[in-house]
This record gives sequence, structure tokens and C-alpha cells, in this order.
Amino acid sequence: MKISRILKTLFMADFIKGLAIAIKEIFKSKKTINYPFEKGKISPRARGEHALRRYPNGEERCIACKLCEAVCPAQAITIESMERPDGSRKTKRYDIDMLKCIYCGLCEESCPVDAIVQGPNFEFATETREELYYNKEKLLENGDRWETVLAANIKADNPYR
Amino acid sequence: MEYLNIFLTETYKILFLLLPVLTSVALIVWLDRRVWAFVQKRKGPNVVGPFGLLQSLADALKYIFKEIIIPASANKVIFILAPIVTMTLALVAWAVIPFSETLVLADINVGILYLFAISSLGVYGIIMGGWASNSKYPFLGAIRSAAQMVSYEVSIGIIIINVLLCVGSLNLNDIVTAQKNIWFILPLFPMFVIFFISALAETNRPPFDLPEAEAELVAGYQTEYSGMMYAMFWLGEYANILLMCALGSILFLGGWLPPLETYPFNLISGPFWLIFKILLLFILFSLVKAIVPRYRYDQLMKLGWKIFLPFSLIWVVLTSGYLLYFNLLPK
Repeated sequence: MKISRILKTLFMADFIKGLAIAIKEIFKSKKTINYPFEKGKISPRARGEHALRRYPNGEERCIACKLCEAVCPAQAITIESMERPDGSRKTKRYDIDMLKCIYCGLCEESCPVDAIVQGPNFEFATETREELYYNKEKLLENGDRWETVLAANIKADNPYR
Repeated sequence: MEYLNIFLTETYKILFLLLPVLTSVALIVWLDRRVWAFVQKRKGPNVVGPFGLLQSLADALKYIFKEIIIPASANKVIFILAPIVTMTLALVAWAVIPFSETLVLADINVGILYLFAISSLGVYGIIMGGWASNSKYPFLGAIRSAAQMVSYEVSIGIIIINVLLCVGSLNLNDIVTAQKNIWFILPLFPMFVIFFISALAETNRPPFDLPEAEAELVAGYQTEYSGMMYAMFWLGEYANILLMCALGSILFLGGWLPPLETYPFNLISGPFWLIFKILLLFILFSLVKAIVPRYRYDQLMKLGWKIFLPFSLIWVVLTSGYLLYFNLLPK
């Protein structure tokens, strides 16, 4: 061993250096966010809770093409279609099992009319399993509630699609 | 009637000592987590109560309401006894700590010996816990812990001999008053450093937290414990850390003496100086926890037996030689 190494060990030079760094770090600003009160920025691409959107005139976008049902790798989506009296093809049933869903975003990508989307909301934990079996009403309600954010996000992300 | 009176006054005194100690243990856990977090640029517990001060209380409540699980193959009696022993021993030792010239529960002549004996007994709680769990990780953790605590106790004992040579008394109050002119940290600085490191090892703090090295031993001797029993191990551990800080400040930092016997310093009374010094040492404890990696087991043993023991022995010779040569030996 070199003399300098022995002296360094004896006087704990590395330890004291580390201590000085630690004390310096104490006075620096903290990186933590006070989560429930402050929230971090979310990308417009974030894949959170699902929503079914409507056209501005209130008509559902979904045309029951079942592309999302076909593409869903977890087979979490179940769709039944029907013909409405006015001749348009709409969904009778649109269920997502949020417990099966892996939040991959393929349903959103496959949708030809931007009906099914994944919004920025990730705080939808519930106390029972049943509450996480979303049906059409729940999804449409989500769409109504988040429409402004969803529209803004789709617009912001559009150049990269 | 007379006996009852004595019993009641003593109980009152003990409560007067124990309640502040337990409260400060709860606060010190919070402080530890806070300092640790601050070094890592986190905020640490800051939600429960002002600045998160009540975090430990919330944790304790949680532990109380959790189920105590006793493994089927465990030795029930010893399993339950282990955390009780750990915590009792950690608290019993506080009886001899002098907070000021008069403010001490038991001003016995062999205070330091008593402290040393009690802190050596602390190993039993851990061994009992590890052995009675009848499971491999607690067992290995307990073996490690016992070996570690025993080896570092030796060097702590010899460091204490250094101090006692300069004092000439085993009474903790005498040790403090002997530092009236100069705190022992100045003439015995290397001993203070070794005492501090040994205290880290003695209380199983990082970098010597091998008994509970989570990567290899899950949680060491605490693995099978849950609920209040786990919390009692925890309390005992932190009470021990606090005790080691108190011992360090009494042996080397002048206990309840103010830094200078002059105007601005002697406004504050003795107990506050002791608490201040304990806090200072404890913050150093937490800073060390934040910056050092864990030792390998053979390195730990090598440090204890091959470096600290001979070094402190040489220092005993140096100190006694110095004291003899300059005729400074206490009468």
C-alpha cells in the first residue's frame, strides 16, 4: 500500500468528503412532490382511464366496428352492435374490464373515429372489483367529463401520430 | 404506609424519566428519517402533524392494531420475551444517565460499569429473538448480530478505560465534572472517533447493519416478528442509539456542561446542553447512515479485532504513560 493511501484511510479522508457532500445536499431544494396536493406534469400521450367520446352535437362517435375488441391483447373489451331505427350502426353494449386491461393503448390507436381514448386520469382506484367493470354509460360519462382535456391532448399529440 | 410512599415517589421519578425518553425516541425516529431523506433530496415524512412530527405516533398506532403472528414452530415463551427484553434493557440503562448535577435517577458509584453491563445484555434480546423464531434468516441474523456486538463491546470497553484513567472514578457525574476544564474529545480525539464507530456497530446502524442486511437476510432477527412486538424491537433499537449518543456526550463532550462557563452559555441549564449534544451526535448517526455502504462481514470483524482493539490498547498505554510521566493521575 502507498503511504498516501494509508494516510487517507487513517484520517478517513473519503468519509469526511462524503459527509461534506451530504451536508451540502441537505440545503439543496427537494425533488419530492407533495403528491395528493401537487401533481407532476402528464404527457398528452398518457394512457390512463378509458373514455368514449361524443361528437359536438352529442352523437356517440363509436360505430361498433369492433376493431378495438379485435386488437385488444388482454381481451378486455366486449362489444355488441345494433342497428338504430335511423339506420346507423351503434353499440348496444360496450364493456371494458379495467382489471384485465393492460393499458397498452392499442384500442385508442385502432379506433377510426377517435371514439375510445385513454385519458390522463390515473386515479380511479375503487374498493370493490365490480366497480372496475366499466360499461357503456360509465365510459360515456368519462368522455363527457374529460372531453376538453381529451380533445386538447389529441390535438397536441396529432403531429406525432 | 412509609413503604407505599417510597414506592410512589420512585414510580413517579421513573415515569418522569421514561416518558420523555420514549417521546424522544419517537421524535428521533422521525428525525432520522427526515435527515436521511434530506440528504437524498427527498422531503421525508411531512404529512402527519406539523412537519410530520406525529409520524411515529401514527406508525405506533398502526403497529398496535396489527395482528401478532407467532410462527407455529417457534418457541413461544422466548419468542415473546425477546422484544420485551430488548426494550426493557434499552430503557433500564437510562437510570444512571445524569441530566445535571442532581437530576439523575440513580447516582450510583459504578454508573459506567452498570451502563456497560446493560448494553452487553442487549445481545440477549436479539439472540433470543433469532433463536426462538426457529427459521433460517432470523437465526443467521442473530448469530451475526451477537458476534458483531460482542466484538465491538471489547473496543468500547477499552475506550472507556481511557476515559476512566483521566477521571479516576466510575461515577458518571464525576466523569462529567472532570471535564470542567477541557472536554475529553480534545485530548482523546482518536478515541472519540473509534467510540463513535463502535457505537454504530453496537447499535447495528449502517454501515454495520449486517444483522438486518435486507438483501441477504430479509430483516435479520426481526423477520418473524409483526405488530407490536416488531415495534418494540424498533423502539429498543432507537432507545439504544439514543443511549449510545448520551454515553458519547457524557464521556467525551462534557455531558451537561456548557461549552464555556461564561455569560451567554450558562444561561441555558444542564439538561438542555446534554440534550443538545445528544441531538448533535444523533444527527451525525443519521448522516452516516445516509452516506456509507454496508460492510462485508469479514471486513467488519477485521475492523473490530485487528484495527480498533490494538489501536485503543496502544492508546491506553499512551494515556497512562502520559498521565504518569507528567504526574497528572487523578487522586
